[in-house]
Amino acid sequence: MSSTAGSVATFDLDRAWRVHPQVSMRPEPFGALLYHFGTRRLSFLKNQRVLAVVRSLADHPSARAACTAAGVTEAELPAYARALAALAESTMITERTLHDSRP
Amino acid sequence: MTLAPDTVSHDTVSPGRLTDLFQLGLDAPICLTWELTYACNLSCVHCLSSSGRRDPRELSTAECKAVIDTLQRMQVFYVNIGGGEPTVRPDFWELVDYATAHQVGVKFSTNGVKITPAVATRLAASDYVDVQISLDGATAEVNDAVRGPGSYATATRAMQNLADAGFRGFKLSVVMTRQNIPQLDEFKAIADRYGAQLRLTRLRPSGRGADVWDELHPLPAQQRQLYDWLVARGEQVLTGDSFFHLSAFGSALPGLNLCGAGRVVCLIDPVGDVYACPFAIHENFLAGNVRDAGGFESVWKTSELFTDLRKPDTGGACKSCGFYDSCRGGCMAAKFFTGLPMDGPDPECVQGYGEAALTSLGAASSVAVPRPSVDHSHRTSPSSPRTPVPVTIAPRRPPSHDCDESPLAGFAAQ
Repeated sequence: MSSTAGSVATFDLDRAWRVHPQVSMRPEPFGALLYHFGTRRLSFLKNQRVLAVVRSLADHPSARAACTAAGVTEAELPAYARALAALAESTMITERTLHDSRP
Repeated sequence: MTLAPDTVSHDTVSPGRLTDLFQLGLDAPICLTWELTYACNLSCVHCLSSSGRRDPRELSTAECKAVIDTLQRMQVFYVNIGGGEPTVRPDFWELVDYATAHQVGVKFSTNGVKITPAVATRLAASDYVDVQISLDGATAEVNDAVRGPGSYATATRAMQNLADAGFRGFKLSVVMTRQNIPQLDEFKAIADRYGAQLRLTRLRPSGRGADVWDELHPLPAQQRQLYDWLVARGEQVLTGDSFFHLSAFGSALPGLNLCGAGRVVCLIDPVGDVYACPFAIHENFLAGNVRDAGGFESVWKTSELFTDLRKPDTGGACKSCGFYDSCRGGCMAAKFFTGLPMDGPDPECVQGYGEAALTSLGAASSVAVPRPSVDHSHRTSPSSPRTPVPVTIAPRRPPSHDCDESPLAGFAAQ
């Protein structure tokens, strides 16, 4: 529990994020598969909404905005923040800085 | 051989288990094993693909590139290339470069024979190529008994070259046997010494492995030892999801913990035949060929065999077992090549049901254990005792005239 809580605390919904440039995404009937060519790790997104959030991260000024645009409710937000925190921890998504070119 | 990705994670939003999602199959394999050639400089006694001699029908360079184009289109993230010894193909590096230039990552398995310092330097420079060195004993004595004289030295030299070139995190891949399970800690030490990651996989009674299974497969107490060792190491040691049958000992090991055959993995063999998994080179598990109309994509998506494998498991004889949810009945290939029914226990079932099933199978002598349908073993090292072959030599007649030695001599002109 403590480690999960820690990850949530360090994931900032109000910052700008994007999918890591070395990550490839493949849609599947249940959601999507993500593969990171740098770390050679695989991740799964298990529903369409979390896929919509991840896909649109780069188009929104913050992760929170991406969630809202995908229809994530206030009540659901903590679960999505945890999912994004896990993706950030495995560097599937990274914080966007001013110098990043948009994909 | 990797049956499933080595490291997986998933989002925590949906409660559904990945196993349940994957049972029904995916639009494309997560990872795919591609054996580029049956040619090999070694003759390992347990070779899962009975490799040795090159098959003359091997896919050409152009055909291999067409397969890579298909994999790119299907977004297959990476392929596990093996053989045979894949690096003996003259176009091996050309194909690796072609794959990585087309967003298909490569991990290849090798005995190390071609990993020179120059090759190691080249490999160290690529983000999209991973290398797996095969070694089945932590000492030359244990390794060479299985993989052949000199193979320990070859693998060690390759690892040294990779380490010297600065290649961090290549894989040291070990098939676990009765003889090398006592060496688990030594394998870890070797991997650490070369900056490699240790990867342990399960011995299957596939290919020539069927001939040595009884002598080499781990004893029940060793299964427990291996399980405890793996649990203690967690994600430090990779397993390619190969020991999910051991999950019935207690908590699940890291990985997907299901048989991915035809659902998330498959095999393309050197002649383009597509099998459900690398350990099932047998006509019963042959789904099609990449040379067929529609190519690999059509085999993956529409073959009768794969459609059938994607039906939910019934559990069969194992369904009433309290551990079925952990082990899912074990490995299809291990059952098949030991003569056990597909819906029964794994021969190495940790609850002992496999042993009981094998014993009753042995009592029923009329049951024939299936043999691999494809064998490219070197003819110089026969696996069965030689017996004299009766031959009749036809009496040699002198040529009737000068041209009579021609194969067409004697044919009447139309």
